[in-house]
Amino acid sequence: MSANPAVTTDQLREVLQRVAGEDETIDLSGDITDRSFEDLGYDSLAVLELSNQIEIRYGIKLLDSSVVDAVTVRDFLELVNTTLAEGAGQDAGASDPSSGALA
Amino acid sequence: MTGLAATVEPAVTGIGVHAPTGVTVADYWRNTLAGRSAIDRITRFDPSPYTATLAGEIRDFDPSPLSGRLLPQTDISTRHALVSSDAALRDAGITPDDRDDFELGVVTASTSGGFEFGQKELQKLWAQGSRHVSGYQSFAWFYAVNTGQLAIRHGARGPSSVVVADQAGSLDAVGKARRLVRAGTPLVLTGGFDSVLSPWGWLATLAAGNVSTSTDPKRAYQPFADTAEGFVPGEGGALTVLEHPDRAHDRGARVYAHISGYASGFDPRPGSPRPPALARIIRAALADARVGPGEIGVVFADAAGVREQDDHEIAALDTVFGAHRVPVTAPKTGTGRLFAGGGALDIAAAALTLDSRTIPPTPGLEHYPCPTRLDLVREPRELTTPAALVLARGGRGFTSAVVLRGAR
Repeated sequence: MSANPAVTTDQLREVLQRVAGEDETIDLSGDITDRSFEDLGYDSLAVLELSNQIEIRYGIKLLDSSVVDAVTVRDFLELVNTTLAEGAGQDAGASDPSSGALA
Repeated sequence: MTGLAATVEPAVTGIGVHAPTGVTVADYWRNTLAGRSAIDRITRFDPSPYTATLAGEIRDFDPSPLSGRLLPQTDISTRHALVSSDAALRDAGITPDDRDDFELGVVTASTSGGFEFGQKELQKLWAQGSRHVSGYQSFAWFYAVNTGQLAIRHGARGPSSVVVADQAGSLDAVGKARRLVRAGTPLVLTGGFDSVLSPWGWLATLAAGNVSTSTDPKRAYQPFADTAEGFVPGEGGALTVLEHPDRAHDRGARVYAHISGYASGFDPRPGSPRPPALARIIRAALADARVGPGEIGVVFADAAGVREQDDHEIAALDTVFGAHRVPVTAPKTGTGRLFAGGGALDIAAAALTLDSRTIPPTPGLEHYPCPTRLDLVREPRELTTPAALVLARGGRGFTSAVVLRGAR
């Protein structure tokens, strides 16, 4: 885990709220890094939505099998930042003319 | 038990409506009895490029009871269904605490699924690429989605299903719900919703060629009139709680009406010398309810607004009841035709009619130009015989009928 992750909890929270909405009965403010997506009110489809948007924004490709294994926000951030660090996303980013833009 | 399961008549113990003329039962019923119409020029999108510009829109919808988690994954028709389901269960006085999850089933009908949601995702597909399409498109467009979303919202684990039978669908949903009650599921939430009010939905609807192109809201949808020139689409629908009458009785529930009869069929193929299915289906529904034509106090007509279909409906009513022998009403002229929501809203209106003993009028036909063709109810009228027949037909021959009886 790098000391200065490229993608932060705050950025992830913002994308998650926009693409999957927010359950008003659950407090998403504060440090949610070690909370599970399930605790935060997000099902597997919401996490796939999140992963899709992160892929577009950062031009990376996350393995679906790794995405479904991400239980907590920290798990997901580690997956994203490891993938970014490996530069594994160059192909995926180059193949999508709209990478970097969000829907 | 009140008798053989096969003769159990489920009680309507809760109603939730989302109609252009009201998003609560109280508002809807007051406006319906007053003969108010919500048909107006479309505001949801610019209708000027289209041949038809009038619709029944729900303009006072409040989605705030819905979680923010639901908004990115629901079409407007599903939001109408979700909010109506809360209202129907509340009206029935049923809370999660006084039922087992397996006691509640859900049966809904839809004609087109989530048109507006689907359009937005298709626009993303072609403008931005497939990776921009929401994962929620996988179910949000689908005509089965309302049953799923309602079951999740209310923890309904009883038998549930979806009926797709065009505009007759929600009457078939009532028939299915009745079978479930008879088979041992004591509570079933049933109804239907649709909205075609997006450019894609509108274009697809206009393609059928039977939508009124009139720009006069007062004259655009005049079923049974010589001036009929098609129908006006509307959005929304209704849900009712059907409950085993013993359960309703034991808990002292308010009963609006009972579902007594149901029948469904299909027209012969085009060009066939055989008559349309409607008269046969009406007779079958009356036989199923074990009532004669003289015991029906009001007919909620399908009211196609297309001359040939209107003629068929009048002929069927004349055949079964005798000419001019039964009061006929079509409050849907004030909402437009709601597709799968239309039959469900008529079921709600029929239950309210039986409960209040007042037949609502047919808005816009106060000066019905052809009074000899039907005994059309043009102002609120006392219901003298406590049973109602609801009719619905869909494109290409779907035909269904439901008989409701007053609470005893």
